[in-house]
Amino acid sequence: MKRYSDLEYLRLSKGQKFLYKLTSFFAAIPRKLWNLVLSIGRFFKNIGVGIAREISDLVQTFKDGDWKTRTSYLVMGFGSIARGQVLRGLLFLLFELVFIFYMIFAGGHWLSLLPSLGKIGPHTEYSEVLDTYSTVLGDNSFKILLYGVLTMFFIIAFLYTWRANIKQNKISEEILRSGKPLKSGKDDLRSLVDDNFHKTLLALPLTGILVFTVMPIVFMVLVAFTNYDGQHNGYSNALFTWVGLENFRTMFSWNVGGVNYAATFGEILTWTLIWAFFATFTNYFLGIFVAMMINKKGIHLKKMWRTILILTIAIPQFISLLYVSKMFDKNGIVNGLLMDLGWIDQAIDFWGSTAHSGLLARVMVILINIWIGIPYLMLIATGILMNIPADLYESSRIDGASGWKQFTKITLPYMLFITGPYLLTSFTSNMNNFNVIFLLTGGRPTNPVASGAAGSVGFTDLLITWLFKITTGSDTKYYLASVVGILVFLVVAIISLVVYNVLPSVKNEEDFQ
Amino acid sequence: MSNTNTAAIERNKRHMGLKASARISNTIIYVLLIVMSIIWIIPFICIVLQSFRMESTGRVGYVIPQVWGIGNYKALFSTNFPRWYLNTFIIALVVAVAQTIIVLCMSYTLSRFRFKLRKGLMQFMLILGMFPGILAMIILYRVLDDLHLSGQYGHAVPGLILVYVASSGMGYYVSKGFFDTIPKSLDEAARVDGANRAQVLWKIILPLSKPIVIYTILTAFMGPWGDFVFARYVSQLKPLGMNVAVGLQSWLATDTMTHNNYTLFCAGGVVVALPVAILFMCLQRYYVEGVTGGAVKG
Repeated sequence: MKRYSDLEYLRLSKGQKFLYKLTSFFAAIPRKLWNLVLSIGRFFKNIGVGIAREISDLVQTFKDGDWKTRTSYLVMGFGSIARGQVLRGLLFLLFELVFIFYMIFAGGHWLSLLPSLGKIGPHTEYSEVLDTYSTVLGDNSFKILLYGVLTMFFIIAFLYTWRANIKQNKISEEILRSGKPLKSGKDDLRSLVDDNFHKTLLALPLTGILVFTVMPIVFMVLVAFTNYDGQHNGYSNALFTWVGLENFRTMFSWNVGGVNYAATFGEILTWTLIWAFFATFTNYFLGIFVAMMINKKGIHLKKMWRTILILTIAIPQFISLLYVSKMFDKNGIVNGLLMDLGWIDQAIDFWGSTAHSGLLARVMVILINIWIGIPYLMLIATGILMNIPADLYESSRIDGASGWKQFTKITLPYMLFITGPYLLTSFTSNMNNFNVIFLLTGGRPTNPVASGAAGSVGFTDLLITWLFKITTGSDTKYYLASVVGILVFLVVAIISLVVYNVLPSVKNEEDFQ
Repeated sequence: MSNTNTAAIERNKRHMGLKASARISNTIIYVLLIVMSIIWIIPFICIVLQSFRMESTGRVGYVIPQVWGIGNYKALFSTNFPRWYLNTFIIALVVAVAQTIIVLCMSYTLSRFRFKLRKGLMQFMLILGMFPGILAMIILYRVLDDLHLSGQYGHAVPGLILVYVASSGMGYYVSKGFFDTIPKSLDEAARVDGANRAQVLWKIILPLSKPIVIYTILTAFMGPWGDFVFARYVSQLKPLGMNVAVGLQSWLATDTMTHNNYTLFCAGGVVVALPVAILFMCLQRYYVEGVTGGAVKG
């Protein structure tokens, strides 16, 4: 496309300016996306370079170091103890001993089984004492995978500590060479509430995240490459084992045992994106609209209107969702009232009608979500609207701008600018909005395309509710759930990355301080 | 003379017109607001009215009960409901305390300290948050099962608390945004006066952070009352381990069950919603502050 200089640009008419901005925005997208790819490449390159630098540093430290440092390569903490930093040294040594002890008595066992996920499954064995055949449990694939992952984490932690121990020696040597004294154990302890206070504060939260989020996610990602399901639960009926990319192939196949997984996935993904789009933007614009109505000059009882709306936030969502779901049920109160009034002769099947891919249920879900979401957006919008400088409106009024013009030229751009990141997170959290869908419809109405796919799939099912159904029904397929989970992650990650890179940078963290 | 007069009249007219149009638009807004309020409130009025209905237990096509009574509330006591209530209440209390401590540690650190892995840590948690939480749950409930902390063993409470609290550090955004707004010069002044970093937190920052502390406690306390997914996994649908959300949902699982338990569900819903809603309304101000601040600062 043609690029204009500033002067040329100013000479354009309004429509041309807009067109120019629009085309240059879209023309820039490929370049921005390419930059994104480049930056991902750079990320991995940096990791490689970092590792290489670490290794050469280790070698160099060994060459330059004295005998205390060199011994520390084998006996962690030796150098520290020898130089009088007993507390640090003992902690290093203790960690090494625990690690060695663990690897000999447990870790080695789990690691050796990890490639096969167990060799001896449950089998019947003849017992001479009882003179009967009985079932004996063999290996436990679940535990092998779990403790295998744990052991890997432990090894990484050990390598990191080992590296820290060597770095410690290098630094101590330098300090001693410059003639200064080393820190005592007391200094170390004191620094935990001062210079190193952040380590103290982060210890507990990060341990929690590591054990209860990172570990399970690594485990579940690995499960996507196994055949872990209800029939292979890993101990009592059969072991599970590695199957490579088999599960991903299943998910993108047209016919696996009569089930069209690719179409099922495609349909659910499409609806998930449509849902997230409408759920986010209907709430967003209507929320702003409601906030503006309440905030308008001359409207009384502002507090009352707000309080009424906030009621939906105050009352636990599951109660309102379940109740509303039952209200619109076939036997629900809405149908009852409409029939009493004589407006309809037959109950409307809000949640069961499969006409037009369950269009009725889909529209209802979005409408009810507006009911749930507007109060929240109203609060956010109220806060932001109050921050818009009043003189902007004042001067625009003098210039003769209408209310609509003020909205499109001042309010909306300001809102969009401030809430850009919020819109993104709101979009992705709507993609994973389990409660609204599951408690309202449970995924109904049933989708015939997905018949036979794990979990009974419906037209309002999101990927996240499908994932839930796969893991809780009678026919649990954990490996499939894991594949779905990974795909959800990929979709969310791609959307976020693209939006962050394509949109003009909306905020700079340090600006607020 | 006449010229200025006509101008004045013209101005006056326009003024009147503006006023009239403002009146019309205000009337439209009032009508809209009233309609909205009705739509927003009706389900809650219905649920309360139905909870007092004595003549039948199922769903009916009318709102106002024919026979009033508190029988449904009494009947709650002969079900597992008190147990679910107690479960949820204990969980909510413990989570409110523990989660607040963890979230504040996390957000304060990320707001105030500049250490080597800080940016990386924040990016890592952002990526981590893109995995659906349910995914982790699939394995966690089996681990909890192995530790005898699941509904299989009649008590899902400790397991659930562990699950809620352990990863709560990832929800640091809102309070970090708040800490970012407290000027750093306060810290520096205290440091010059000889306070160490822990003292700065205790004596300077926390007293200034009452709104965000209350916001964090409030959201942490309200979370467990509405959580459905995790509670359902960990309780494994064993009645003694359920929380109110899973329990009340189980009453309406099928059409026959709905027919038998509908009014009971309404009564249960009212009993759950009332204290939580009152608490929320009392602390509303802090919630609004947190939500608006959080959205602006991401």
